[in-house]
Amino acid sequence: MAEFSTSTKEVGEISIIYLKGYLDAHTAPTLENTFSNLIEKGKYRTVVNFNELNYISSAGLGVFMAYIEKIRENNGDIKLSSMSEKVFNIFDLLGFPLLYEIYQTEEEAVNKFIESKSFEK
Amino acid sequence: MKNKKIHIEQKELVVKSKTDNLTEIRTFVSNGARSAGVPPNVVDNIILAVDEACTNIIKHAYKYFPEGEIHIKLEFTSNKFTIIIIDHGTPFNPESIQDPDLQKYFIQHRVGGLGMYLMKSLMDEVKYISVPGKYNQVQLSKNI
Repeated sequence: MAEFSTSTKEVGEISIIYLKGYLDAHTAPTLENTFSNLIEKGKYRTVVNFNELNYISSAGLGVFMAYIEKIRENNGDIKLSSMSEKVFNIFDLLGFPLLYEIYQTEEEAVNKFIESKSFEK
Repeated sequence: MKNKKIHIEQKELVVKSKTDNLTEIRTFVSNGARSAGVPPNVVDNIILAVDEACTNIIKHAYKYFPEGEIHIKLEFTSNKFTIIIIDHGTPFNPESIQDPDLQKYFIQHRVGGLGMYLMKSLMDEVKYISVPGKYNQVQLSKNI
């Protein structure tokens, strides 16, 4: 059985999702639930921290595709951070860096939300 | 060379068509490739390609019917690692799948076809054979 879990943390209006383990066709529904729960609560500003993610297949990549439009329609975004080179290479192969902001650290991703918020004022 | 014998080693795994078997499939392929001396970064690519092929079989050939069988055979020689994956589900026409246009996918919320694109990108050769009513076979090869 593939081991995968998510945990979330709130930093002001920003939600941080931590991924851990193996994200494949079997475990992708766990991440779908995490996104669905945040969207239900009206939380559209999300940083996904990949630091402890060992593996991702296209089923996992599909989760980000499934929620991004709804989130951006609500002036939110999914920003990605802290990927290993191995995981980044898969995102890169499919052209995801054109569609998603990917940062080295969680702090950089969070700061981007904070900067864009201050521009709106 | 005419008289040179090519040493071929083989290993096989048979699992039911369930996504919770993907871990066992990945471990089997990883162990087989490592013991054949495939470099670690190439092993990672092979594991992902096999995961994608088996996920496609579970979703499309067996349509999530959990009692279908997936046969995974590993064959390796000194310069080539080959994975042969056989199922008895609905035949699949690889010609019907085009390389994804990610921008278009993004707009249309489509995610299918990414797995096939990954398989083709990560492996040196991807071959499909379907014998209707008998079996479907996908053969993935990587030169090492």
